[in-house]
Amino acid sequence: MKRFKADLHMHTVLSPCGSLEMSPTVIVETALQRGLDIIGITDHNSTRQCAEVIKLGQEKGLTVLGGAEVTTKEEVHCLTFFENIEKLEAFQMYLDAHLPNIQNDVDKFGHQVWVDANEEILGQEERLLISGLDQSIDELEQKVRQLDGLFIPAHIFRPSFSIYSQLGFMPFDIKPDAIGMSARVNVDEMLGKHPELKKLTVLRSSDAHFPDQIGSHYSIVELAEASFDELRKALRKQDGRKVVELK
Amino acid sequence: MKVCDIIEKLNLKVIGGEEGLQNEVTGGYTSDLLSDVMGNVDEGQIWITLQTHRNVMAVASLKEVAAVIIVKDLEADENTISQSNDEGIPLLSSSMEAYELSGELYQLLKG
Repeated sequence: MKRFKADLHMHTVLSPCGSLEMSPTVIVETALQRGLDIIGITDHNSTRQCAEVIKLGQEKGLTVLGGAEVTTKEEVHCLTFFENIEKLEAFQMYLDAHLPNIQNDVDKFGHQVWVDANEEILGQEERLLISGLDQSIDELEQKVRQLDGLFIPAHIFRPSFSIYSQLGFMPFDIKPDAIGMSARVNVDEMLGKHPELKKLTVLRSSDAHFPDQIGSHYSIVELAEASFDELRKALRKQDGRKVVELK
Repeated sequence: MKVCDIIEKLNLKVIGGEEGLQNEVTGGYTSDLLSDVMGNVDEGQIWITLQTHRNVMAVASLKEVAAVIIVKDLEADENTISQSNDEGIPLLSSSMEAYELSGELYQLLKG
């Protein structure tokens, strides 16, 4: 078993709030410079930047998991990840079907474009990506399960857009693969206060919106190799794979 | 005033929790953040929200509210309705928006 550094929550140029510098090339190069082995691409309610980052990661030797940070009807942010491009595309169809038709105002919210390795614009999302889907957190979990993906409620104790802010506590019938806690949260203290979370794997990530923030926080995982399957096992604490430290 | 009187005066629909229709109402609270409601709603108040998740009824039960009103004719999740029945806390629905409904309820309880 080897140790890998995983930063599984970051935004690209596609997120309106993501810096225009967050191109596939800058993300992959910065991640490698900072010694990360696995990164997750999680734009708001869109997977459209993932394919280019995954491709570049393969060329440069960085494992890139594609997914999205989805806003549910309750305005809870949840990270989702999918194993391959086909499943990402299937999930994109779900996002397209459930994102409300509210147009982005570029001056107010920022650009929503996705780009290739040469920073050429490949497309632009017209609908505002930071809206909430018309899907409940349960419906989202169901869709992710159907596509055999990973379902990870993000920054669960944040005062906004989190399970605890929006829904008061972890719903009993939700079965997350892991939960995210931001760096300002004392994990041991919170697990003490919320024993219902003790069985779950906690992840910490950078939630980077700017290149400087990539790898500012990450999780150290013990895996046989840096892959989607191995990471899933670690989150579920199977076959000796596990998350060993939060940085 | 009782929950059933308010149902009649504000033309509300009963979706669940009929057992609690005789609950006495002491006031109201309007919020969609369940964390906020857990901290601020008082026992006996009517809680007005647009959230439809099952956790709504868990918070309602924890805080012993008199009833919950879901606004804008939004459809409550099935397990929210069943939990309302289990808890015996009325789950009501209104076609009004939260602003309008809160105003009406305020007038009614003040009067």
